[in-house]
Amino acid sequence: MSNTVSTSPRTAVSRGESQQTEKRKAALAWLTVPALFFFLVFAVVPLAGVFILSFANWDGIGSIGLAGMDNWFSVLADPGLYNALGLTFLIMIASWLVQTPISLLLGVFTAGSQRYRAALAVLYFLPLLLSSAAVAIAFKALLDPNFGLATGLGLPFLAQDWLGVPHLALGLVIFVIAWQFVPFHTLIYQGGVRQIPKSLYEAAEIDGAGTIKQFFHITLPQLKYTIITSSTLMVVGSLTYFDLIFVLTGGGPGNSTRILALDMYLRGFRANLMGPASVIAVILVVIGLALALLLQRLGGKDKQGSQLEGL
Amino acid sequence: MKQPQTSRRSFLALAALTPFAVAATSACGTSGPGTASGGGGASMWYLSGEPNQTTMQKAVDTFNSANPDNKISVTYFQNDAYKTKIKTAIGAGQAPTIIYGWGGGTLKTYAEANQVEDLTSWFEENKDLKEKFFPSSFGAATVDGKIYALPNQYVAPIVLFYNKELFEKAGAQPPKTWDDVMSLVKTFNDMGVAPFSLGGQSRWTSMMWLEYLLDRIGGHEVFNAIFEGKPDAWLDPAVIETGTKIQELVSAEGFIKGFSSIAADSNADQALLFTGKAAMMLHGSWTYGAMKKGGQNFVQSGKLGFVHFPTVAGGKGDPKNGVGNPAQYMSISSKATDQEKESAKKFFKDGILTETVIDTYIASGSVPIVNGIEDKLNTSEDKEFLNFVYDLAKNAPNFQQSWDQALSPTAAEALLNNIDQLFLKSITPQQFAENMNATLGK
Repeated sequence: MSNTVSTSPRTAVSRGESQQTEKRKAALAWLTVPALFFFLVFAVVPLAGVFILSFANWDGIGSIGLAGMDNWFSVLADPGLYNALGLTFLIMIASWLVQTPISLLLGVFTAGSQRYRAALAVLYFLPLLLSSAAVAIAFKALLDPNFGLATGLGLPFLAQDWLGVPHLALGLVIFVIAWQFVPFHTLIYQGGVRQIPKSLYEAAEIDGAGTIKQFFHITLPQLKYTIITSSTLMVVGSLTYFDLIFVLTGGGPGNSTRILALDMYLRGFRANLMGPASVIAVILVVIGLALALLLQRLGGKDKQGSQLEGL
Repeated sequence: MKQPQTSRRSFLALAALTPFAVAATSACGTSGPGTASGGGGASMWYLSGEPNQTTMQKAVDTFNSANPDNKISVTYFQNDAYKTKIKTAIGAGQAPTIIYGWGGGTLKTYAEANQVEDLTSWFEENKDLKEKFFPSSFGAATVDGKIYALPNQYVAPIVLFYNKELFEKAGAQPPKTWDDVMSLVKTFNDMGVAPFSLGGQSRWTSMMWLEYLLDRIGGHEVFNAIFEGKPDAWLDPAVIETGTKIQELVSAEGFIKGFSSIAADSNADQALLFTGKAAMMLHGSWTYGAMKKGGQNFVQSGKLGFVHFPTVAGGKGDPKNGVGNPAQYMSISSKATDQEKESAKKFFKDGILTETVIDTYIASGSVPIVNGIEDKLNTSEDKEFLNFVYDLAKNAPNFQQSWDQALSPTAAEALLNNIDQLFLKSITPQQFAENMNATLGK
């Protein structure tokens, strides 16, 4: 924060003024104290705690003992970890593939100024207002093979064992996640589209470009950073999907929806194995950081570079 | 120029102070539920859900009005959520004074971590209280010869319920042997009715099948060896046979279609039985009260039948053996203040299984774990079921506590996970036995 404010060229200012800038810089540095404090207390300290716990033996109730590398070896040798890792990435990729096109198109659609679009937008955003647990409970009740939607509406093809067959349950989880999070990403894209200068479209129209051409040659390139932001949120967010899956399937049937975050919780709080659960937490942090960095790189290094050059 | 500066400074002061203010307010929260009741009272966490929640609230209200200095304050939680919450709370030193549970392996971890009070000497001083309860109810409350919990509420064996109306329609008799079970599966499937209802997503519901089957096939000694952590105890041939029989039943479509989508917390499994979509259900005796309350007139009109779990040809187990919950348990947190502990003990003595509470349990279709209730059971409108449960519990040469409660939390979680996979047929009975064998001693 302090960086962006104090970028005034130093050569141009007199000595006195430069001293004042230094003072201002110091004062502005103080502004970061509350944020730093919260970051330290709620992110760094727990993170360090988890790292230490990953080398400890603890059932969550009794005393903590040293375990050395035992937890790490046992977790890394456990096929359950690789199953969870695979599922996490599968859900991440599938979620991205499902959510990005839908929310991009919905975002472009709702960015239009027509009345009916605004009305529809309100409807689209409704799932955003519901908590994950409520969404999961509602879907669970609707999909009950005996008393659910299928019986209520008399549609026998809906009476599948949705949460009881591994691949159906996985597909359903991806669907419900999309149902819940598409509105959020639609909102991001809507904002992004509204930022694109009208003059670009006017110019394209004069050049004879149709709606589809305009979409691919103006809207999409202009949304580059919006896409990166939305994708980062989706990808890193999918690492921590927990509440929805926990309530919907509890990781089942078998282990077919037991993603990393859920695996961590079940090991730690159900099986009382805080050490191995901490190992998984550390792995989660590492993967999350790596992915976030990777996506930042994909976006190019010159973040300050304008997409509106020449306008 | 001056004004914005001052406002900035005050903003800075505010920003700097905010975290401390937050820290200060959150510090107030750390006193936690342990002392929340204030005065000499005690706090208690209990399960939500009827009819027990009302029964407990009435018992607490009665006790509180008679003992204004020892008030008990209760908070209610849903069953599955409670099991996790109480563990976390105890680990964080935030436990309520009275810790409700099911004894067994979980209580053992509390006792070993010195989180619960040793009540042995207190029971010595209060012999009347100790002799009031079924002697068998103390087994799961005892760790290394010391009693850490007060047994209370009721005995809850697992019972095979059936829909009498459907059986009449099919001209069938309730199963006495495993062969009967398999032929009934065919009968009911041909009728277009699911043979067995099962809330498989909850996993402990599927576990009840294994508990009985293993007992009937190999006798109660097999699980005893597992419980004691004897080497290779899970690799007993009886375990493999149990798993094979279960997978045969699954393959024969013995359970309702979509059983692994059904959770027991929603009571959908009970609804399948009383709406006639399933003919039978293996479930805890506590579902009787719930079905009486929620099952339209199913129980009242005498359509609910109940029998003991069938025998298995060539099995070693005593057919009179039972499995289930011998009682529910309450412990006292060792982190509570002396005053809170006193209040809790007073409540244990005068508040919990009073005559009124005993009558309420009987009226809701449960058998309280107190001696000398035969007369009361016989005059109840549910006497047929109550006497059935009472006799089952009393005459069982061995009454096995539910596995997920008897084992340590680590082994229990692995067990439930593997049972789920066994029912899905994604692992073989042999793999099940091997996976579980790896958890021995954990």
